[in-house]
Amino acid sequence: MIRYDYLKPSSLEEAIGLLKQYGGQAKLIAGGTDVMVDIRQKKYAPQVLISLRGIEGLSYIREEDGGLRIGALTTHRELEKSPLVRERLGALADAVDNLGSVQIRNVATIGGNICNAAPSADTAPPLLALGASVRIKGSEGERVLPLEEFFLGPGETALKDDEILVEFIIPSPPPNSASAYWKHTRRQAMDLPIIGVAMMLAVEKTEAPALKEAFGREAPLEELLGALDKSELVCQEVRLALGVAAPTPMRASKAEEFLRGKRVTQEALLQFGEIASSEATPRDTVRGAAWYRREMIKVLPKRLALKCLERILHKNQKEGGK
Amino acid sequence: MRKQISFLLNGEKVEVEVEPHWTLLYLLREVLELTGAKEGCGMGECGACTVIVNGKAVVSCLFPVMEVEGAEVWTVEGLAETSPGGLHPIQRAFIDNGAIQCGFCTPGMIMSAKALLDENPNPTEEEIKTAIEGNICRCTGYIQIIRAIEAAAKGGSDEGGVR
Repeated sequence: MIRYDYLKPSSLEEAIGLLKQYGGQAKLIAGGTDVMVDIRQKKYAPQVLISLRGIEGLSYIREEDGGLRIGALTTHRELEKSPLVRERLGALADAVDNLGSVQIRNVATIGGNICNAAPSADTAPPLLALGASVRIKGSEGERVLPLEEFFLGPGETALKDDEILVEFIIPSPPPNSASAYWKHTRRQAMDLPIIGVAMMLAVEKTEAPALKEAFGREAPLEELLGALDKSELVCQEVRLALGVAAPTPMRASKAEEFLRGKRVTQEALLQFGEIASSEATPRDTVRGAAWYRREMIKVLPKRLALKCLERILHKNQKEGGK
Repeated sequence: MRKQISFLLNGEKVEVEVEPHWTLLYLLREVLELTGAKEGCGMGECGACTVIVNGKAVVSCLFPVMEVEGAEVWTVEGLAETSPGGLHPIQRAFIDNGAIQCGFCTPGMIMSAKALLDENPNPTEEEIKTAIEGNICRCTGYIQIIRAIEAAAKGGSDEGGVR
């Protein structure tokens, strides 16, 4: 058993002071569902764990400037049950519904999921697709960083030794938009994604009665795609984010650029997926082979686009919680 | 480097000296000799160590003992002790529905069920499945467990209080 001291500061200033004092020998802990496992597996042996759970005011979901602010200590269960998240952040709601078990979601935090910086972190692609930034506090003050610039490698982030991620800033979504996340797994619960795809799509107008009707009666894929081709929906804005597709969660920016301003058709979505796949650099792992991941990245964006369109046309970001 | 913590355990105040690197599960089993919660995987995957902390089901194998300070903790032992007749209605429902075979997962399963029913007395089958998705059972195949939790919930609402 690795021995360490466990400190529970009651303010951010105190926590930052402790981080500075211990240099690289301290490790921050929030819910602990990654940190406790990593220590047990001897991935690291910190002198001291500094808990953020004694600091008030780091757990919240609130509206600000038309967007949402989420405190870093907010648990996945709180996100899962938040009407604001379900209504506005469909992709994030999709992710937290299927992350770990209830016992894990009750304690695991969104800040912890992001700071652990696993290539498979379920909340990373949704937050990237939603255009999130992170607010960071340290001994030299505060800074805000786009989430894309936060991930440096597997388990590596832009945080300095004395810095703490305190908040996610999610901008106001464009009009006629929705988002979705698809976690491609081998089993339905308690699994990590083979590939994760999140998408935010905004269209110019929302008149597409045939497509809306097809979604309404849960028509088969062929019919949905046929109705899509007949609709005149033009992509106004799109963000596509991939997990387990590269050493860090990533945006597929070439694919985004391709689709922006184009009519959303079967053909366009196919090319969109192929471009995204060409941007990815997946590896062979126990969960899946690189070639398989590349193939899935080609086809999954089509599924995500349909999910976004369904949510746009039916104005429900995400059906009721579990 | 021992530190003093105090918390409510199964309704009673406990003051105990702990090493800061212990988990709640270690304290329960090895120090307080409450062996209902089991260590299965030790990595938060199997749910055999599930207990309730401040009303929420958590895996005690990943719960730092220092976070228990001031908290209210319930283990399976507390359910029996505080129920008239020696068994909690959920425990009774597990027996009546054959939801037990080897018994290793049972304390965790029951604590997950209790956290669910405390929050949501009339869960759907889907909600029950979600509540126990982190509790692995290798004997029963889950069906009897789901039926038992349904029965415990029904007992609470239809018959004016569980047996």
